[in-house]
Amino acid sequence: MATEIRVPTLGESVSEATIGRWFKKPGDPVKADEPVLELETDKVTLEVNAPASGTLGEIVAKDGETVSPGAVLGSIVEGGAGAAPAAAPKAEAPKAAPAPAATPAPVPTAAAPGAAKDHGPAVARLAAESGVNPASVGGTGKDGRVTKGDMLAAIATGGASAPAPAPMQMRAPSAPVDAEREERVKMTKLRQTIARRLKDAQNTAAMLTTFNDVDMSAVMNLRNQYKDVFEKKHGTKLGFMGFFTKAVIQALKELPAVNAEIDGTDIVYKNYYHIGIAVGTEKGLVVPVVRDADLLSVAGIEKTIADFGRRARDGKLAIEEMQGGTFTITNGGIYGSLMSTPILNAPQSGILGMHRIEERPVVRNGQVVVRPMMYLALSYDHRIVDGKEAVTFLVRVKEALEDPARLVLDL
Amino acid sequence: MSYDLIVIGTGPGGYVCAIRAAQLGLKTAVVEKRKTHGGTCLNVGCIPSKALLHASHMFQDAQHFAEMGIGVSAPTLDLKKMLAFKQEGVEGNTKGVEFLLKKNKIDAFHGTARIAAAGQVEVTGEDGSNQMLETKNIVIATGSDVTRLPGIEIDEKVVVSSTGALELESVPKRLVVIGAGVIGLELGSVWRRLGSEVTVVEYLDRILPGMDGEVAKNFQRILSKQGFAFKLGAKVTKVEKTGNGATLTVEPAAGGNAETLEADVVLVAVGRVPYTQGLGLDKVGVQLDNRGRIQTDAHFSTNVTGIYAIGDVIAGPMLAHKAEDEGVAVAEILAGKAGHVNYDVIPSVVYTFPEVASVGKTEEELKAAGIAYNAGKFPFTANGRAKVNRTTDGFVKILADAATDKVLGVHIIGPEAGNLIHEAAIAMEFGASSEDMARTCHAHPTLAEAVKEAALAVEKRAIHM
Ligand SMILES: Cc1cc2nc3c(=O)[nH]c(=O)nc-3n(C[C@H](O)[C@H](O)[C@H](O)COP(=O)(O)OP(=O)(O)OC[C@H]3O[C@@H](n4cnc5c(N)ncnc54)[C@H](O)[C@@H]3O)c2cc1C
Repeated sequence: MATEIRVPTLGESVSEATIGRWFKKPGDPVKADEPVLELETDKVTLEVNAPASGTLGEIVAKDGETVSPGAVLGSIVEGGAGAAPAAAPKAEAPKAAPAPAATPAPVPTAAAPGAAKDHGPAVARLAAESGVNPASVGGTGKDGRVTKGDMLAAIATGGASAPAPAPMQMRAPSAPVDAEREERVKMTKLRQTIARRLKDAQNTAAMLTTFNDVDMSAVMNLRNQYKDVFEKKHGTKLGFMGFFTKAVIQALKELPAVNAEIDGTDIVYKNYYHIGIAVGTEKGLVVPVVRDADLLSVAGIEKTIADFGRRARDGKLAIEEMQGGTFTITNGGIYGSLMSTPILNAPQSGILGMHRIEERPVVRNGQVVVRPMMYLALSYDHRIVDGKEAVTFLVRVKEALEDPARLVLDL
Repeated sequence: MSYDLIVIGTGPGGYVCAIRAAQLGLKTAVVEKRKTHGGTCLNVGCIPSKALLHASHMFQDAQHFAEMGIGVSAPTLDLKKMLAFKQEGVEGNTKGVEFLLKKNKIDAFHGTARIAAAGQVEVTGEDGSNQMLETKNIVIATGSDVTRLPGIEIDEKVVVSSTGALELESVPKRLVVIGAGVIGLELGSVWRRLGSEVTVVEYLDRILPGMDGEVAKNFQRILSKQGFAFKLGAKVTKVEKTGNGATLTVEPAAGGNAETLEADVVLVAVGRVPYTQGLGLDKVGVQLDNRGRIQTDAHFSTNVTGIYAIGDVIAGPMLAHKAEDEGVAVAEILAGKAGHVNYDVIPSVVYTFPEVASVGKTEEELKAAGIAYNAGKFPFTANGRAKVNRTTDGFVKILADAATDKVLGVHIIGPEAGNLIHEAAIAMEFGASSEDMARTCHAHPTLAEAVKEAALAVEKRAIHM
């Protein structure tokens, strides 16, 4: 008996994933619920666990292949590790020796349930001509069978390695001496999506950035004063993000266009505040969303973000957790940025850039004093947000941070 | 004693539902007010009409035996015997249903059923006797009745419904059929072959409303060659009985001058209406829609818990196989299984000669829905088997999605079209593309090769054309 390993549901709007890598080889023993491979989607990297214990049989979708939800990735054969392969190599004598890994495979292939194999002739032809393995394509036919339409779609979206990507590789060849010293690596799904999204945002929105600066003294004093009790009570550190999120929401409430989005010739105003927090990871930036952040306390926001950060680095964020944001905050300050012009997270209309805090001389009441200062940047879509609104927005954020009592008093 | 299920009506919907329920272990009873089982379909519908279509086709074919070198004297008609042949066929089939009900240990009650309340069915026998049956669930499968036209009285002698048209005592010299739907054209064909002059009057400007337009147009041409006369876009406003016939007043549907038609027999075939009389639905509060059909949800349940309905009495095409599939589905649902009917793939057939068969979407429907499609057509004149048989009228047309090549509709006019359509139905059930059909080996020489060639023609690579 073979148990199929299939691509899990990836969440709405996610229709395909790339095989990151298999942790196991055919013939390796696996335990139920043990991760066997890694899938990359344009939002997250996720692990697929073994649906049963046994031995990893055939691997249907290889590293780098694109697969759809429900597609067969491989199979697990019943029985412990050593048992199955042991007998064969001996009997088959010298010639069979070099390929012991292949021996456990044949059984699961033949015994795999009919549905996955029973493709019609058109699918078989397309598979032969394009090299796309129907088993890696999500089927929409009866009982999940792959139809010709499914295959055509898979081929068109690059399921086929051959024809689709060709036009992208327009680069003039390098001189031979240089070519030897270049390395060509396939972009990860996540990276490709980041690239496409950022460019789409630039091509669509009338994007520009407005700046201001904020004196962080008040927030920092507050933080120094309460950070120990806060941590004791809430079990999480008191950072800056809670304040920034609260300040942003207050400003969004005053300037709803910044929390809106364009849909065709309509503007969709969103009377809820799902704030995306950009988190850098080793594979690229991900933006988990603090849902209904306006209903959370500062502690609630801090806790949520801390948890996101931890899981983002482990690649354990769920796709739903990265969907539906209405506004984004990105903090380049942690890397030391003085100033930046963030790109919108489409279809949102505003993104706040935070930067490093630095003691700078400023003038207060005619005196030059030293204050912890931060530059703020708001990139916005000028199609629906007017300059006055954008500037006012940043001023409101600044005011709230310089005088956090305003947050409490809703001023 | 209490039943798990009582089915009211033993037409194709009801008796099939009862058998499936019994197979699944439900204690089942049926109630039928007719003397015999099988409903409209077996008694006065599908079965007798097909018996007469077969016999009359043979009668006509016999006139061409000489062309094949078979010497026989000109065939003569013994109508009485032909009607008896039909009746024997009907009896054979209704007896068959009776046997199947027995075999599956289903209690059959004869009488008119009334739903006293959810879970209670009152049966009134012909002799006026009364009994109350208890049940967990009720399936209403009471079918449909002839649609009548206001002011036109059906006497089943001169002015007949389909039922009367199945037992005319003599071949009418002039038959006027009101309504160019399936039933009108089938029964019109029977009497045309037996010698009647047939005129079909239809309110719309086309025959076979709902079927693919190109198919309808071609089919009309074929029927005209067979001697049918058509008055389309015309409405019958009056039927006056004369000595031993009737005079019809016919007006253009768009308005204009009336004309009169003389007929020996008038067949009213303008459709059928759901039949719910005497069931007491208003009392138990079962809701009907604006066309008098019992309203059901996706699981055939009415708005009253424990009362279900299937077949001609609910929405959807009034076809025996649709009723049967619903019967199976509701029985499975009641037994806790996942019963389902795929309404996108219900074939429909006109059993004339040639036959007309279709499944899925028409070109008109695809255009209205804005779906881009490719059409592949192959005529029977280019099919070897049809050629030697000299039955080359008609064609196969396959409509496939322009982007995915998925088969969306198949339309056939031709010999055996009603049998040929089913490979298309299976293909569509499995989401096949036209290429899948084209790449499936078809035996030679068969009429089915025309289906394969039409599939090839979708991608413009038919071989024999
Ligand atoms: C001339 C003609 C030709 C046709 N040819 C075809 C064809 O070739 N192919 C096709 O698919 N369809 C054909 N049809 C349509 C087909 O007959 C119907 O679609 C089919 O019979 C519907 O089945 P049903 O079970 O819903 O109802 P029906 O077959 O109408 O059965 C309903 C039964 O319920 C009984 N009943 C009603 N009320 C009560 C009550 N209160 N108590 C007890 N019993 C009751 C009736 O007596 C009847 O026997 C034809 C119809 C006609 C008239």
